[in-house]
Amino acid sequence: MNKPLRRVAIFCGLLILALLVRVNWVQYVKADELAKDPNNRRVLIDRYAHKRGDIIVDGKAITGSKESRSGDFKFQRTYKDGAMWAPVTGFTSQRMGSNQIESIEDDILTGTDDRLFFDRTLSMFTGDKKQGGHVVTTLNGAAQRAAYKGLGSRKGAVAAIDPKTGAILALASTPSYDPSKVAGNTDEDVKNWQKYEKDPDKPTTNRALRETYPPGSTFKVVTAAAALEHGLYDDVDAKTESPLPWRLPLSTKNLVNDGNHPCENASLRVALQWSCNTVFGKIGADLDNDKMLETAEKFGFNEQQFVPVRSNASVFSKDMDKAQTALSSIGQFNTAATPLQMAMVTAAIANDGRLMKPYMIDRLTDPNLDVLERTSPEEMSTPLSPENAQKLQEMMETVVNEGTGTKAKIPNVTVGGKTGTAQHGVDNSEKPYAWFISYAKTEQGSPVAVAVVVEDDNANREDISGGGLAAPIAKDVMQAVLDREK
Amino acid sequence: MSVVTNTTTIGAIEAPSRRNTELAMLAFAVIIPVFAYANVGLAKDGSLPAGMLGYGLGLSLLAGVAHLMVRKFAPYADPLMLPLATLLNGLGLVLIWRLDLEPTITTDALGGAMAPKQMIWSALGVALFLGVLLFLKDHRVLQRYTYISMVVALVLLILPMFFPAKFGARIWITIPGVGSLQPAEFAKIIIAIFFAGYLMVKRDALALASRRFMGMYLPRGRDLGPILAIWALSLMILIFETDLGTSLLFFGLFVIMLYVATERTSWVVFGLTLSAAGAVGVASFASHVQSRVENWLNPLALQDGGVTETAQAVYAFGSGGLFGSGLGQGYSRLIGGIAPKSDYILATVGEEMGLTGLMAIILLYGLLIERGVRTALAARDPFGKLLAIGLSGAFALQVFVVAGGVTGVIPLTGMTMPFLAQGGSSVIANWALIAILLRISDTARRPAPAPAPTSDAEMTQVVRP
Repeated sequence: MNKPLRRVAIFCGLLILALLVRVNWVQYVKADELAKDPNNRRVLIDRYAHKRGDIIVDGKAITGSKESRSGDFKFQRTYKDGAMWAPVTGFTSQRMGSNQIESIEDDILTGTDDRLFFDRTLSMFTGDKKQGGHVVTTLNGAAQRAAYKGLGSRKGAVAAIDPKTGAILALASTPSYDPSKVAGNTDEDVKNWQKYEKDPDKPTTNRALRETYPPGSTFKVVTAAAALEHGLYDDVDAKTESPLPWRLPLSTKNLVNDGNHPCENASLRVALQWSCNTVFGKIGADLDNDKMLETAEKFGFNEQQFVPVRSNASVFSKDMDKAQTALSSIGQFNTAATPLQMAMVTAAIANDGRLMKPYMIDRLTDPNLDVLERTSPEEMSTPLSPENAQKLQEMMETVVNEGTGTKAKIPNVTVGGKTGTAQHGVDNSEKPYAWFISYAKTEQGSPVAVAVVVEDDNANREDISGGGLAAPIAKDVMQAVLDREK
Repeated sequence: MSVVTNTTTIGAIEAPSRRNTELAMLAFAVIIPVFAYANVGLAKDGSLPAGMLGYGLGLSLLAGVAHLMVRKFAPYADPLMLPLATLLNGLGLVLIWRLDLEPTITTDALGGAMAPKQMIWSALGVALFLGVLLFLKDHRVLQRYTYISMVVALVLLILPMFFPAKFGARIWITIPGVGSLQPAEFAKIIIAIFFAGYLMVKRDALALASRRFMGMYLPRGRDLGPILAIWALSLMILIFETDLGTSLLFFGLFVIMLYVATERTSWVVFGLTLSAAGAVGVASFASHVQSRVENWLNPLALQDGGVTETAQAVYAFGSGGLFGSGLGQGYSRLIGGIAPKSDYILATVGEEMGLTGLMAIILLYGLLIERGVRTALAARDPFGKLLAIGLSGAFALQVFVVAGGVTGVIPLTGMTMPFLAQGGSSVIANWALIAILLRISDTARRPAPAPAPTSDAEMTQVVRP
């Protein structure tokens, strides 16, 4: 009987061999694929098993981590002044995913980025808990606070840029939401999220980057730049050919000015000072769609910006007739801009015509704050020659010193700006938006350009003007930046 | 070929008893699980677990008593089987205790903590082991109960049909107040006794009285009866008890023992043909078999948008990688329910001890099976040979069916991993199985009694080198 016994022994050996081959297949050949499968909950458990790296402003973390109260995820995100910083950080939630910086730099923050491989390997040997790297932003805490406080309970947004580099200094949006309240994995977090999503005031919308508003009169600086660049006018103090009243081309309607100002044949400086619709509307019509479009696009219109968070494309339409171009050139009709876009326009003018690519992540670091990657400033385009930029600066400084923007004046500092009150809704039925764009300038050049928009349902119609509502906010933001510079 | 010519007698040389080897191996078999126990505690709380001393002493006590009994009542028994069983049982207890620490799978609805109960079952198993060694002085006694065994085995196999299905399979007998029993675990041993007794008597008839057809020896109709009966029984278990594993186990066991008894390859071919036909036939209309096969072919497919148990087990294996997460640091609880402690216990091994640990465990089983087959080779009597290969074969098939099902070699079937998995019936029955194998090996390795001075004995004893 021993011969069949030996064969059975071989058969049993083959069974064991089959098991060994199979476990090698599953646990060695397929191991990596299985371990990273999105349906494998360990991926998520691991993601939240250690403290997430922080987002840093002015050397201080504006985020944190705490132990979750329930479930199998250990740590959840916390935010300091979450509502104020939400337009910068975005949120990361164990249930609802993540967005903005939290999403874009997720690999760094969770520590899975290839550049953190050495840290991971090291912590494997030292037994330290794995840690995420940090994201150091370009933001200026004081400017952000000034912007957020200035907006207060009103709806609106602020974007501030360092014109020399393109570094974003402030990015506020109100009403905002507290990302701490949606960071966990509980039903309460879901309920909070749904509440935010259903809110008609759209607190989760990042207005500074994602909302486009008709820019109104603030767009006139773009029109003025186009006039200078395309040689329509050279001297900002020479009279323009601007009749009053001025009838829109191919139309029976007159373009009117807001108030009784010396707009007839006014020079560019005077026209900007009093925000003459007739002068800039006619410039738009004279230059025509193509030339206006060329300048607008050099400033960044019709293009999404990635800072690296995506910003919606601002709009200056193509293929418009003369009347539409005229209306578009005073920031009405189809023209729409994000607060970031208007800050870019202002920054380009303040930086003598060179538009720097806006960015808000200064550097990515490992857990010990050693730099992994640094963003270097990059020129995006040159919408204006330095001479024309300086001419436009003079005009904008007149607006602040003697025109509609006097509320943005800062003692002993050169400030240039432009107000805007943009009408919207059918037949202007809705409350207009109050705009203000400005920059401050010292001997070292301009450290800050800012764009403010306020949409206020509660204010009286008369009160809504860029000069009244938005300029003081812009002033506080600029002041905060200037104080830091000293 | 007669019984006598095959018998090997070792001769007058005194074989070493190897009991001291067993004792040394047992020390490892106790120390390794105690270390594993400490490992879990350190990983979970950063301190040595409070129950470590009690667990270590308990396991040492069981192993020590078992060893002393073997030393006294089966001094020439195989030295590795007891340490291997102790090690697997000890690791099983640690794994179950480790899974008890996961609150989500240790709710009252799921029966609460299982480790203390399993410890009691293990003690009962060792007690049965001792009982077998004590009262079964010679395994050949079992031969007397051939037909009683058949009746008992049939009753045990058919009984679960009359009890409600549990966890999708009808393999349980529920005794109110006592708990539930998995009779197939005991039937496995009893049916091996029946087969061994039956085949020992019939093997010549089965082997020689066959017709040659197309180069194959086909059995006569009247010899075919029992085979077809077993085949039908397996299919019935498969259909009425929805238990793929048990059915495969019994049929495989029968084919192996038939082959060993008759030495006819044609029986293997015949048996495999029958089982293949049966399996295909049943699979074509039984929905639970189809769903198992479907699950086996696409283990990661979502079901109603959720990740299936099978997929969770596969993820556990994959996430373990080469070296595993370390005991107490895996997430095999994601499999959910009591499955991680029973059918899927290997997933925890794979995830926390890695490929290396899982291969080590599989090799431990392989070694235990090898010792069983070796016992069959060494046994001097055909009944002992058949019984030993039957028990080892059943053990091997069970290991393959469970481990193969969990790791995806074959479709999943509801059986428990011997010694490792939670389950009273399984651990008790397998300790009895080891005891019988030890008894056979003791008889096999025991020095032959001094030749009797009668000339009669001289004539019948043939010594082969």
